[in-house]
Amino acid sequence: MSTGIFLQIAQTLAAILLAPLLMGWVNQCRAWLQGRSAPPLTQPYRTLRKLFHKDAVIAHDTSPLFRFAPYMIFACMALAAGLVPTLANDLPFSPAADVIALVGVFALARVFLALAAMDIGTSFGTLGARREMLISFLAEPALLMVFFTASLISQSTELPVIVETLAHREFAIFPSLAFAAVAFWMVSVAENARIPVDNPTTHLELTMIHEAMILEYSARHLALIEWAVALKLFTYSTLGIALFLPWGIAPRGDLSALPLAVLALVVKMAVGGAALSLLEAVSAKVRLFRAPEFLGTAFLLGVLGMLIHFLLEV
Amino acid sequence: MISILALPLADHVELAWGIVLFWIGLGFAALFLQRRPRLLGLVFPLGALGALFMAGVGGAGLLLPGSAVVLPIGLPELHFHLRLDALSAYFLLLLGGAGFGVTVYASGYFKAMASGPLALLALWYHLFLAGMATVLLADDAYAFMVAWEVMALSSYFLVTTDHKIPEIRQAGFLYLLIAHVGAVALLLCFGVLQGGEVGRTSAYTFATMRQAEMPPLWASVAFLLALFGFGAKAGLVPMHVWLPEAHPAAPSPVSALMSGVMLKTAIYGLLRVTFDLLNVQLAWWGTLALALGLLTALYGVIFAAVQSDMKRLLAWSSIENIGILLAAFGLTLIFYTDGKGALAALTLTALLYHALNHALFKGLLFVGTGSVLHATGERRMGRLGGLIRFMPWTAWLTLIGALAIAGLPPLNGFVSEWLLLQAFLLTPGLTQPYLNMVIPVAAATVALAAALAAYVMVKFYGVVFLGQPREAALRDAHEAGGRERLGMLWLAAGCVLLGLFPAQVIEILAPVVRLLTNQTLVNDGNWLFLAPVDAQRASYAPLIFLAVVLATLLLVFIWVRRVYHGRVRRSDPWDCGYPEQDPRMQDTAEGFGQPIRQIFGAFMRVERETPDPFDRHPRYRGDSRDKLWVLLYQPIADLTAWLSAQAGRLQHGRIQWYLIYSFATLIFLLVFVTR
Repeated sequence: MSTGIFLQIAQTLAAILLAPLLMGWVNQCRAWLQGRSAPPLTQPYRTLRKLFHKDAVIAHDTSPLFRFAPYMIFACMALAAGLVPTLANDLPFSPAADVIALVGVFALARVFLALAAMDIGTSFGTLGARREMLISFLAEPALLMVFFTASLISQSTELPVIVETLAHREFAIFPSLAFAAVAFWMVSVAENARIPVDNPTTHLELTMIHEAMILEYSARHLALIEWAVALKLFTYSTLGIALFLPWGIAPRGDLSALPLAVLALVVKMAVGGAALSLLEAVSAKVRLFRAPEFLGTAFLLGVLGMLIHFLLEV
Repeated sequence: MISILALPLADHVELAWGIVLFWIGLGFAALFLQRRPRLLGLVFPLGALGALFMAGVGGAGLLLPGSAVVLPIGLPELHFHLRLDALSAYFLLLLGGAGFGVTVYASGYFKAMASGPLALLALWYHLFLAGMATVLLADDAYAFMVAWEVMALSSYFLVTTDHKIPEIRQAGFLYLLIAHVGAVALLLCFGVLQGGEVGRTSAYTFATMRQAEMPPLWASVAFLLALFGFGAKAGLVPMHVWLPEAHPAAPSPVSALMSGVMLKTAIYGLLRVTFDLLNVQLAWWGTLALALGLLTALYGVIFAAVQSDMKRLLAWSSIENIGILLAAFGLTLIFYTDGKGALAALTLTALLYHALNHALFKGLLFVGTGSVLHATGERRMGRLGGLIRFMPWTAWLTLIGALAIAGLPPLNGFVSEWLLLQAFLLTPGLTQPYLNMVIPVAAATVALAAALAAYVMVKFYGVVFLGQPREAALRDAHEAGGRERLGMLWLAAGCVLLGLFPAQVIEILAPVVRLLTNQTLVNDGNWLFLAPVDAQRASYAPLIFLAVVLATLLLVFIWVRRVYHGRVRRSDPWDCGYPEQDPRMQDTAEGFGQPIRQIFGAFMRVERETPDPFDRHPRYRGDSRDKLWVLLYQPIADLTAWLSAQAGRLQHGRIQWYLIYSFATLIFLLVFVTR
């Protein structure tokens, strides 16, 4: 039990500390693909350090909700990172929340961010909040459908059990999982504010979604949000790995498998990050009202995955 | 323990009836206390006390075996039969629990009212409570219908409290009309259930109905009538039209009670008729209820997203929640008829849990809008904003309700949705293959409705409480009074506790579930973990969840403060290069709903009024209306008007003609009788 708790804390801390690294890697890859000279891999850490040292500038008449939200969002993301089996499986904290609760954690963070964006009452904040909620009300059920497909196969909504089942199945192809994987990729792109739904590098009012919400944040609050964003990308990546490429995650209590798990994770993350930046580089951002179509497709693919499971795999 | 709960003097059903009588007495006493404002002020607190006792009786009733009593009132052959079993007890607990919070709030809310109208209001209010409680206690059709009518009429008078405003009179009329169409259906339903024993009024007791052997055809007729009748009360699409009209018209505590508790009496009735009074249940009823429920949920939440009146928005959101309850009901029926008792128990638990949750958070949100209305005199969201600065208590307590209704962990709304989604995931293995195909789509719809509910709540909360005040007068908004806060605090505490202790709540629900499905939901976890069916399948521990979030929050906060600093500078918000910023430039409620209008435009009729460019006093208006009103209700209204006009031709106002009519009727009847 004590090793379990130790592993749990270690894994969560590792996720928190390594998340900016993944962000740095994705940025680096993208810069290469765009023919720019790339920032160093540690650039996100430097940005965070700079932001933490600055004085926070907060608009007049903000409510406490505005200053509370970054901490809340960070805490939610840390919780989510602790739930997903990254290095080791079946950690002591995982029974506290299953995949549906995980979707709930993401939703909680998102609602707090949207509310904080509306708190100051600038037009951009509300605009961002509205767009974010628009994206999310389609992305969230699509994500649930992906999880449902996986849980129908494994007869459980517990992530450890899902990973266990999917990692140790005899090599059988689940067509439903293929649909789910495509849907999951589309949802993760939307939820992490990446191209083609949102562009993390632009501040153009016609297009921005996530950036519009955090426009009023500065210094430590901004740092926490940026960190939470990196953590979210990291958690979604580990989720994708856990659902679709679970090989290599150390089974319960098997400490000897850990080095291999670390290696597997690094390789998967490096490849995944590069793939994400490649996909971003070759696609264009869609118009805002095309985003519902994009996510509607993801939602339908998720539902199709479930239907196909019932048709072919039961 | 049980012997303490059941007072030695009286049976718990008699205690419940005693509280009903106390409420009735209190209501009529209020009429005589018009000249004694101080005593009149005690009526609502005493009513609240009654509600608290009612919750206690309900709680005790869940632990005790059912008991019945026959009262010496009613028809000569059919006295009032009352019975308190676990199902009634649970809904009494709901009535008492939510009713206590709302009534405490009401005692503060109505304080400033003139004593004449206040006395009248107090009468209807307590009759309304008494009516609802009697509906839950009734054990024969006559008592049930009398209580049902008391409930409908008293709530009608409550809705039309401000009867001098024509819109409110109209809203009240619409409510009364649909309530009575529903009541007629219920009357017919009881007629069918009674099983054709002509002449004996005593056949109308529920006990007789339980024994009646019903062929599937007549059972289906009874079920459909019940679905229609109770659906009209609950706000099932397409009988939902009264809700968005009546809720904004009624005073806020009344809306809270109607939405939170009265709609649940319809759910209670549906459960009572389907699982208790009817001997057969058919699978297609479940499919029908599931489909209707999902339609209602989606319809409700889409319209909630485009509303710009805060109480209307909440009314639509009630329609959504009723839809979810009905979908859960349909799923329970599907499982039950398929012989999957454990799954039926799970779904029924989700249903009952959600009913209580909705009573609490919708009650909380409605009374929250009441405080806003009192402080600002404004219901239109486009004229509110920034109230978190002037009414922090109301705002933060309402936030709990908004997060709970959006289905976010670790609050209560999440638990019931979680249970329901778990039930959907357990469907493989149903014997009917077409159901296996339908269920994923149904699960997707529930997920979509839940996600849209979050959209609606961000809109509601963000536009009303956050941002800058859109009108200068809002800066003088005053905080709700002590008793109002206490009422809100009670409801908010309920939302939090029901969210944090699901394992205990399921224990409380077990007797009801056992009564209806002969099964109990086994919690495979312990007091901390909720694990329906099997811990390997799914588990959820909100307390650990909350503890981890809070611990992380605190650690990060301390770490940031310690390692760095807590320096803050204040400045103007960034103006994006536009020097003139004013609160009216914020997104409006209409603006926030615009994406939904664009995506789901097919469901609604959008009316836009855009002024001429040279208009000196431009007025912009956009309205999204319910298409069903035009497609369904308008033709019915037109047909009724046409038929009345045709019937009106008979009326000439001349006595000769009327005599001829009487004569013709007499001849006709004589021919008919002598034949």
